[in-house]
Amino acid sequence: MEGSAGSVPLLFENVSLTFANGTQAVETASFSVAAGQFASIVGPSGCGKSTLLRIASGLLKASTGQVTTGSSKSPKVGFIFQEPTLMPWATVFENVALPLRLQETTESDLSDRVTDALSLVGLEAFADAYPRELSGGMKMRVSFARALVSQPDVLLLDEPFAALDEFTRAQFNDDLLRLCEHHSWTTLFVTHSIQEATYLSDKILVMSARPGRITTEKLVPFPHPRSQSLRASHGFLDFVTEVSRDLKTTAGVAAQ
Amino acid sequence: MTKSRNLLLPVLFGAVLLGLWQALIRVYDVPPYILPAPSDIARALWVDGPELISALIVTLQVTIAALLLACITGAGLAIVLVQSKVLERMMMPYAVFLQVTPIVTVAPFIIIWVETPFIVLLILAWIAAVFPIISNTLLGLKSADRSLQDLFRLYGASRTQTLRRLLIPSALPYFFGGLRISGGLALIGTVVAEMVAGTSGVSSGLASRLLEASYRLELARALACFVLLSVTGYAIYGVLNWLSGQLLRHWHESAMDEPGV
Repeated sequence: MEGSAGSVPLLFENVSLTFANGTQAVETASFSVAAGQFASIVGPSGCGKSTLLRIASGLLKASTGQVTTGSSKSPKVGFIFQEPTLMPWATVFENVALPLRLQETTESDLSDRVTDALSLVGLEAFADAYPRELSGGMKMRVSFARALVSQPDVLLLDEPFAALDEFTRAQFNDDLLRLCEHHSWTTLFVTHSIQEATYLSDKILVMSARPGRITTEKLVPFPHPRSQSLRASHGFLDFVTEVSRDLKTTAGVAAQ
Repeated sequence: MTKSRNLLLPVLFGAVLLGLWQALIRVYDVPPYILPAPSDIARALWVDGPELISALIVTLQVTIAALLLACITGAGLAIVLVQSKVLERMMMPYAVFLQVTPIVTVAPFIIIWVETPFIVLLILAWIAAVFPIISNTLLGLKSADRSLQDLFRLYGASRTQTLRRLLIPSALPYFFGGLRISGGLALIGTVVAEMVAGTSGVSSGLASRLLEASYRLELARALACFVLLSVTGYAIYGVLNWLSGQLLRHWHESAMDEPGV
């Protein structure tokens, strides 16, 4: 999985989106995520965080402005949805292999890469299992492996931990942190948990609702590697409080 | 335990009904040309069995051929229709036409236009069977998970790839739902077609034998035909149910604790 060395930045230039019915989902957003940087978007639900992510992935087209990667080549994107979004009729192996099958990768290469991706998320032993035999957390791991198997330059995560219990969620945070520290993915992560965003990110973008607007951009001052003990430190809690205050004052919405 | 009781209850109920029937015939001395006793029907089944079975095979050939044809054309048409909304709007009314037209009214034309009796029956049974497959498969193709569709778009999947790897697997449970209905309809269609087309002679199917027997007031024989056709209907349903369970058992909710037939 070392093939993601050619990391790229993600640049949003005056991106806005107005739906056909006139609803303005995103109002001119301009920001950048540096190559290999982990950025989070936090904001109240319905503020357009996911919309922004879908624009970044190319699933939605911006009304104005554009998302670029600073180079001419189109980046490989790994997208992780809120739900595991697995094909129930296919085994774990086939689910993870999907991006490769769609790109018509040769069989021998495919098998190695799928096995690598599965071992990254600790599911080698479950290659032949069907999704319904797995727990919610394991399904999410499969979803991660599928996003990683195509060796993405850019990783987009749309509140992937929202449906998980507290314990599984904390473990996922650590795993994601470990993976991101070892790979140079440019990551854009959507969440409504400021604690989670702070723990994981290098940069936090605070978004307000109706219309969705990036109101504050904050660099997270804590060095890598990070561990759970960071979460109990005064510095961490102070930073979280600060971001919460930003969110409250700009959006007028109680957060956390 | 529960499984054997599931089987025991209906069998017991049936036995009681048959016993009652037998007793009433004996008590009131009903002549067999009005209503034969179950024992008469059993005797007819035993004596005429080989002949009736070979007639049943004729009927079954039409039914199975019609069902296969309905699968191929029904699923094929659904795949064509799902390609564009315009196409669906344009053609769906005609598919509905197949469903709402009583085949008895179509039969005279088919009989005039088509020479081979087998093909006549095949067309009529196909008309009876194809619609549930078209409509269910179409529904299934359209019910593919939205997020999965996004995922396929994200990875630049072609139309064919999306169809093969996403839409068709998603539609499979719906297709089988339609197939189970169509299995019964194909048999009904064949029987009605045989009766309307008035095929006769040694190569004719079981429905023609039923009619013949009833014209001659051989009610025991007619009812024996009736019993065989009912059992066949059950068997078709059972086979299709089993097939669907086998193919879906790894993943679809419907196939997980299927009570079976």
